[in-house]
Amino acid sequence: MVAAIENGTVIDHIPSDRLFEVIRLLRIEELDHDTVFIGYHLKSRVMGTKSIIKIANRFFSEQELNSLAVVAPNVTLSIIRDFEVEAKFRVELPHEICGIIKCNNPKCICNNEPMPTRFIAQGNTVKCYYCEKEQELPAVKLTDDLGKA
Amino acid sequence: MSENRSLVSIAGLSREKILYLMEMAHEFETHPNRKILDGRIVATLFFEPSTRTRLSFETAANRLGARVIGFTDPKVTSSTKGETLKDTIMMVSNYSDVIVMRHYLEGAALYASELTPVPIVNAGDGAHQHPSQTLLDLYTILQTQHTLEHLNIYLVGDLKYGRTVHSLIMAMRHFSPTFHFIAPKELAMPAEYKQYCQANGINYVEHEDFNEDIIAGADILYMTRVQRERFSDLMEYERVKDVYLLNASMLAKAKPNMRILHPLPRVNEISQDVDATPYAYYFQQALNGLYAREAIICDVLGISLDDIRADKSYLKF
Ligand SMILES: [Zn+2]
Repeated sequence: MVAAIENGTVIDHIPSDRLFEVIRLLRIEELDHDTVFIGYHLKSRVMGTKSIIKIANRFFSEQELNSLAVVAPNVTLSIIRDFEVEAKFRVELPHEICGIIKCNNPKCICNNEPMPTRFIAQGNTVKCYYCEKEQELPAVKLTDDLGKA
Repeated sequence: MSENRSLVSIAGLSREKILYLMEMAHEFETHPNRKILDGRIVATLFFEPSTRTRLSFETAANRLGARVIGFTDPKVTSSTKGETLKDTIMMVSNYSDVIVMRHYLEGAALYASELTPVPIVNAGDGAHQHPSQTLLDLYTILQTQHTLEHLNIYLVGDLKYGRTVHSLIMAMRHFSPTFHFIAPKELAMPAEYKQYCQANGINYVEHEDFNEDIIAGADILYMTRVQRERFSDLMEYERVKDVYLLNASMLAKAKPNMRILHPLPRVNEISQDVDATPYAYYFQQALNGLYAREAIICDVLGISLDDIRADKSYLKF
């Protein structure tokens, strides 16, 4: 298993094919000082294979964590203090998602102007606020400039 | 920016708002020439050319006494030099009281309306929305049928890519219509709009045939162009291209109140012999565009129906 952390955040049950998107979404490559453990392709009874990320000394905002629901709606989050699980919860897809999803319509204004994308969640689909094209959530791609909302 | 009175989409207009704009357009049909926009500047920004729509908006502004600035061809503006839409809108906002814009990208007008307190009128954003066309269509339906309620509206031709027919369905949801969709398989009404009809309690019937027996049930026959470039299979185009052409002999069983609409320009989908029949209404429909656009420009500027009814400046003409 992946080493325990004293304080920080654990993101478990990440589908392995979405691991690198979760890393991008939380901008983990920009955390220079904190230790990050990543377990990739671990055996899982429920999922077959899963991935896990443990980030020491870093606590994310609810908004940052909920953005994970776009790529990995079933992850489990644990907040760790003194090696103990202080809180455990699931992510919730926000009604409105800004600056994360790329619109799949090349003729959409948001793919042609330096502006954050904006999507409205409706069940398992998301709808571009600007051009109104819908996408199935499991098929979405992330924007190239994440988090500039 | 909740104060922004922009018109970017037909989808958000309530039944009351649509009827209100119809009444306003009627005032302009009665007296199209006024001084109600004296001293105002209307900008028309056409990032893609559309001569008809631009002339209609500019005539509307001129007939109300406004001055018009703007551009048509993207080649003469800096948008081809890489200026963002945002920068163009910010610049023009300094000069004008209302911005009428047509753009080749979808969602461009909505985005522009977020950037500036100057109201935006969407004169077409790619394949997405063209609300002034829809309002002039509604006005024409009301003018010819004396109601918008419980009408049988037959949409013919390219129902897949035709944004005017899609917007018409959305706008008519308030008025309990029955739609008939008449199109070749390859250009049939997309599933999402049929779902929209179901979700909004709109009746619809689909046909592939187009003949006098089908036309017999129509109150409104809305024709659209079947364009060769929309077909992936040119054999299919050759097979269907003459099926959706309307000629005078097909009108033998038409109801007396039936009227034929077309967003224009037509190519060959309405034969010239239809023009002389009492059913042809597409040229009056185009004229109604003027009244609808006079109403739209006034409404986004905060000029109310009461203001227009109180206005007597038409007496000076
Ligand atoms: Zn879009």
